[in-house]
Amino acid sequence: MWDYIKLAVLGLIVVIAAIAASMARDLPYLVHMLVIILAAAVTFIWVIRRIGEPVPVANQNEYMDGPVRYGVIATAFWGVVGFLVGVVIAFQLAWPELNFEWAQGYLNFGRLRPLHTSAVIFAFGGNALIASAFYVVQRTSAARLWGGGLSWFVFWGYQVFIVMAATGYVLGSTQGNEYAEPEWLTDLWLTIVWVAFLLVFMGTIIKRREPHIYVANWFYMAFIITVAMLHLVNNLAIPVSVFGSKSVPVWSGVQSAMIQWWYGHNAVGFFLTAGFLGMMYYFIPKQAERPVYSYKLSIMHFWALIFLYIWAGPHHLHYTALPDWAQTLGMTFSIMLWMPSWGGMINGLMTLSGAWDKLRTDPIIRMMVVAVGFYGMATFEGPMMSIKAVNSLSHYTDWTIGHVHSGALGWNGMITFGMLYYLVPKLWQRQGLYSLRLVSWHFWLATIGIVLYAASMWVTGIMEGLMWREVDAQGFLVNSFADTVAAKFPMYVVRGLGGVLFLAGAVIMCYNLWKTVTSSPARKPAPAASAVPAE
Amino acid sequence: MGILDHHKKIETHATLLLVLSFLVVTIGGIVQIVPLFYLDNTIEKVEGMRPYSPLEIKGREIYLREGCYVCHSQMIRPMRDEVERYGHYSLAAESMYDHPFQWGSKRTGPDLARLGGRYSDDWHVQHMIDPRAVVPESIMPSYGYMMNRVLTREHAEHVQDIMRVYRVLGHPYTDEMIDRAVDDFFAQVDEFGDPVADRYPGAQQRNFDGQEGRVTEMDAIIAYMQMLGTLVDFETFVPVANR
Repeated sequence: MWDYIKLAVLGLIVVIAAIAASMARDLPYLVHMLVIILAAAVTFIWVIRRIGEPVPVANQNEYMDGPVRYGVIATAFWGVVGFLVGVVIAFQLAWPELNFEWAQGYLNFGRLRPLHTSAVIFAFGGNALIASAFYVVQRTSAARLWGGGLSWFVFWGYQVFIVMAATGYVLGSTQGNEYAEPEWLTDLWLTIVWVAFLLVFMGTIIKRREPHIYVANWFYMAFIITVAMLHLVNNLAIPVSVFGSKSVPVWSGVQSAMIQWWYGHNAVGFFLTAGFLGMMYYFIPKQAERPVYSYKLSIMHFWALIFLYIWAGPHHLHYTALPDWAQTLGMTFSIMLWMPSWGGMINGLMTLSGAWDKLRTDPIIRMMVVAVGFYGMATFEGPMMSIKAVNSLSHYTDWTIGHVHSGALGWNGMITFGMLYYLVPKLWQRQGLYSLRLVSWHFWLATIGIVLYAASMWVTGIMEGLMWREVDAQGFLVNSFADTVAAKFPMYVVRGLGGVLFLAGAVIMCYNLWKTVTSSPARKPAPAASAVPAE
Repeated sequence: MGILDHHKKIETHATLLLVLSFLVVTIGGIVQIVPLFYLDNTIEKVEGMRPYSPLEIKGREIYLREGCYVCHSQMIRPMRDEVERYGHYSLAAESMYDHPFQWGSKRTGPDLARLGGRYSDDWHVQHMIDPRAVVPESIMPSYGYMMNRVLTREHAEHVQDIMRVYRVLGHPYTDEMIDRAVDDFFAQVDEFGDPVADRYPGAQQRNFDGQEGRVTEMDAIIAYMQMLGTLVDFETFVPVANR
């Protein structure tokens, strides 16, 4: 019966989407409808082929790792895609000829940059977060994922969201808000998927067999609920037509700026920090085989971090037309944020107490530790850049870009790589990784790549900031804007090379993980009823 | 650490943890965002601000579509070098009709808040077709294809629909402005057409891309660029001291 309802709903979606496609007022909308038709039709066929077959009853004492396995593959795939687009746009800035004449309406820098940021943050980071949340919540709750097939819906629904967002950018469908570019239809779809994600996660926690909720899950929970809030408020918009991709965001001017950076900074604070701290709190203790350093520190830094982060948005708007009181609040809270951020770093690093020797022998723990190191560095640099005097120089320059990348490549990238290296042998029942030597290669390529990236952006950022404000003895500006652009060229090449190294490391990782699954010796399957508390 | 011992109550109760986390993360946003909607001094009252004309809306849509905001800011900070390089610092009122704001976060290219009137239409056309022909150091992509993207009545009607939504959101468009949107859209590229400035004070009206007989995206984007920052007359503007 349930299957027939599913089929009816899917069929209805196909028909409605087909009608909408025929009425489409613009190309991105048409493409999005075709994506929806394709996704619904494939699901329809999948359901119909299994109709009547006996449904195997899931063993509630076993973990549900299917969506995690797929999530791991998607993370690696979107990671490489995102890094590749990043390398391309880095070189577009060095050699503008790479904005090809024949691809003007599709592949110019302005359209590819949102593709890069979204692919890396939401596709790579998002898949890593969803997969690791599903893995961690089961282990630390000693419970199978709640909701039956709902976690599969979350996985596939999220991939559909990524494809809709990506095609939208290339075809020129955008709301014009950084990191919140997707239009109303894509936003609505993400909302549905996100609510399902929250349900699966909370459902699993509620049926846990452990009295305490493990600290990693606090962070995942805060991340999911806060991102839901940010997404809904920042993306409130009125569609111009239900048959067109275009909508008008309801916020304008100053309020729009404040809400956008309340959203934008907390995409960093909750998506790229709280969620990834959840990852850190599970995978570092597991890989180091040591307990978390301090329980009390976890409590204090958790509540302080989530309370303070949400105030930091206005530091993106220093000296703008945003009222001064809001700027000052933003700066004050950004500086305070340094403390809980380092609370997390200390808790992560000190977890290695008594296991520091592993840094010499285990390249995976090395990766995780360097990730936490970069987290500490970026969360010191951030508060410093939020000071108005510093910001007056750094704002609008490449320094910001360097700062973001030491966080994104160093912290988010490295901790995710560590997680993937930890998870793949476990999920595919292998005795170990195919090659630790290749992990070392990945580690060094990525680290040198990040250093090249961050260093070159510090140089160009501070240089252009100083060049813009330079005046001569008569009080005239010394440099034209074009002079500052020309001066940055060598560093743009260095930055691109840094990106190439980082990308090469990720490709080596994919090869290593692939070989692990296909040719590493198998581990004996764990006996059934193995769902025991991790702690 | 007595107080931390009570944390057991929270961390053994999933719903409580969720609700408390949510309450904690709402506070900052409420304090920083809500007052901006009712404090009078958030947006100063200035002469000259008006909603966009139909062709300017189309130009702004193209500006968003191409992601210009990822490299260009529209927000001049009140610092000596910026004011000398770009003009009077930006006022909150100047972006009151921007859904969403286009202040930007990065200057890979220069600020555009007061671009209007700085260069000729001809310069813009050449610059969009081949930026390095006029600024050798430029790393901007070329946008010559806009010369061949012809704008039709359908595009104008889409702009009219956008204006209807803007009116719902409080922009002071009159019935007349909306009814005449399609005509105004095309009139603005015709120097001898019905004067659009009657409804949109200060609107510039001419053939922006220099091509005879057709209206293209290049017309729209240049119409938009030529009006940026031109609406407020800074000869007569007096800043309010308590802002």
